[in-house]
Amino acid sequence: MEIIAEHGQTLLILGCIFAFFMAWGIGANDVANAMGTSVGSGALTVKQAICIAIVFEFAGAYLAGGEVTSTIRKGILDPTLIDDEPQLLVFGMMASLLAAGCWLLIASMKGWPVSTTHSIIGALVGFAAVGISVDAVNWGKVGTIVASWVVSPLLAGTISYALFVSVQRLILDTSNPFKNAKKYVPMYMFFVGFMIAMVTILKGLKNTGLDFDFGFSSKFLNAMPLAVTAGLIVAIVGGTMLSRVKETTTPEDGNRFASVENLFAILMIFTAAAMAFAHGSNDVANAVGPLAAIASVIESGGDVAKKSMLPPWILILGGIGIVFGLATYGFKVMATIGKKITELTPSRGFAAELGAASTVVFASTWGLPISTTHTLVGAVLGVGLARGIGALNLKVVGNIFMSWVVTLPAGAGFAIIFFYILKGVFG
Amino acid sequence: MAGNPFSNLFGQSPIRPIQEHMKLAHQCAQQLPLLIDAALANDWPKVEAQYDLISEIENAADDAKTSLRSNLPNSLMMPVDRGDLLVLISRQDEIANCTKDIAGIMLGRKMQIPTEISELMKEFVNEAVETSAQALKAVNEMDELLEMGFKGRVLTVVEELIEELNRLEHKNDELQIDVRAALFKIENELPPVNVIFLYQVIEWVGALADAAQNAGGKLQLLIAR
Repeated sequence: MEIIAEHGQTLLILGCIFAFFMAWGIGANDVANAMGTSVGSGALTVKQAICIAIVFEFAGAYLAGGEVTSTIRKGILDPTLIDDEPQLLVFGMMASLLAAGCWLLIASMKGWPVSTTHSIIGALVGFAAVGISVDAVNWGKVGTIVASWVVSPLLAGTISYALFVSVQRLILDTSNPFKNAKKYVPMYMFFVGFMIAMVTILKGLKNTGLDFDFGFSSKFLNAMPLAVTAGLIVAIVGGTMLSRVKETTTPEDGNRFASVENLFAILMIFTAAAMAFAHGSNDVANAVGPLAAIASVIESGGDVAKKSMLPPWILILGGIGIVFGLATYGFKVMATIGKKITELTPSRGFAAELGAASTVVFASTWGLPISTTHTLVGAVLGVGLARGIGALNLKVVGNIFMSWVVTLPAGAGFAIIFFYILKGVFG
Repeated sequence: MAGNPFSNLFGQSPIRPIQEHMKLAHQCAQQLPLLIDAALANDWPKVEAQYDLISEIENAADDAKTSLRSNLPNSLMMPVDRGDLLVLISRQDEIANCTKDIAGIMLGRKMQIPTEISELMKEFVNEAVETSAQALKAVNEMDELLEMGFKGRVLTVVEELIEELNRLEHKNDELQIDVRAALFKIENELPPVNVIFLYQVIEWVGALADAAQNAGGKLQLLIAR
């Protein structure tokens, strides 16, 4: 207890710095994956992608980042075992942030497909199991999270496969693809608007203090009218943008679908926003989840079990960190990725993005921390299975699998080391 | 940074390179009628220039073939079978190879085409080049096929193009019989060695059209995976 009283402020400031650094890393690297598909397919310039990412990453983090943050803050380990030594929880959370940060730094220098989420979960489990006790880990929850890592790419792949097949049926394989694209693309836009609005209303309004009650029996039904309205507005705005695109004639050996792709490029602006929102809602937790735990212990004066609301400033700090990472370094990574994935045309890119974004948003509302990048890889493979992409390198899938096997022990190992160092320094 | 792990997922699509290769193969074949014209006009410097051009394009096609092959590792997931793709490019390459063989023997032996068969021969060669042009048309549909996920009405378009290709090749076969018959009629008046090589050239022009048809056939198989 006296450690908290004595060093509380210092520890909290350190925690903020570590979390901000972590959020910076997420903004600098991960967001580029989420947005790179839009840049690569030529739907957005890097500048436009950054602008969309800044707005929607922040919105996602602030409005829908709460559930996953709670999971990381108090879902993985049971703090009741260390009631009398709250400083251990603080050290452990700081160690986890440092561990995940270091491991990600090494991995990104080596070019390994390592996930922020996996690093932080590995670190948390590591410090809890070794630093406190094996029983301190909520193994049931950890099991669910690990299962969601397998399920999320599969689900995203299935959704994007279905989306791409629907595009083939409704638009591409018709006598007038251009006309049908103008007719059906707003439908996908509606879905994007509806989904984001739904998640925001169900999960996000807590933070803003707004409340909408239409007197329906369930929260879901209550959210329906607003979500539908939002979807319609998005569809109408999108439809207006689509109506400005003119059909162009293509040369003899050119691709006859060039004008149709221009319409899908507009759709991709919307799915990119959805992707950024989804990413913000899930990945902000990796940075601020541990900070939330630290803050709650310190503010309550050392009470680990006290139930407290997640203070909105924590999500805001994470959101700002991500945006800062994007603005300082993320645009470079995005430009590099964009140059490499030019083979992905908008009609495929949108299917992959929307499949991944829906899965991630879904996971976010359930409080499941999943890897956005791995989910997106699953989504892209889904489109590939529908024979929609020229060439996909399956070695990456093997690498991702390897990174799972390596990241969890690596994150855990680093966390244990940092935990004992911090304990030595402050305790 | 050692490359971004996410962007590594995207390999180089073989579709555009295979279309580029077919374009080169056809460009090669397109030079053949000019070479025959020059030979008929006894303009051997012109024949040599045409041969050089053909040889240059054939080399470029060879390079394109090698680079495509070396960019198709086993670990790629593609909408078409890797083996089928490799065979398709070999077939396309035969078009360029046949052209170079014909050009080479025409130049090397300073071959005189007898005036009695010159018109028929020209038509025969033009028809073979037409067949190759049709194969190019079919291969040029591959990007549309990819766009559609190798499904739907674009398949009918390709089917029709390949039917036309088969028709052209058949016509070329018939012309080959005609040219042979015409040559047979006058062969006793010509130096026997020259006659042997004239038959050889006729054989190879037929082979050129065959190669184009085979490329189309392979394309059909590749789609129908």
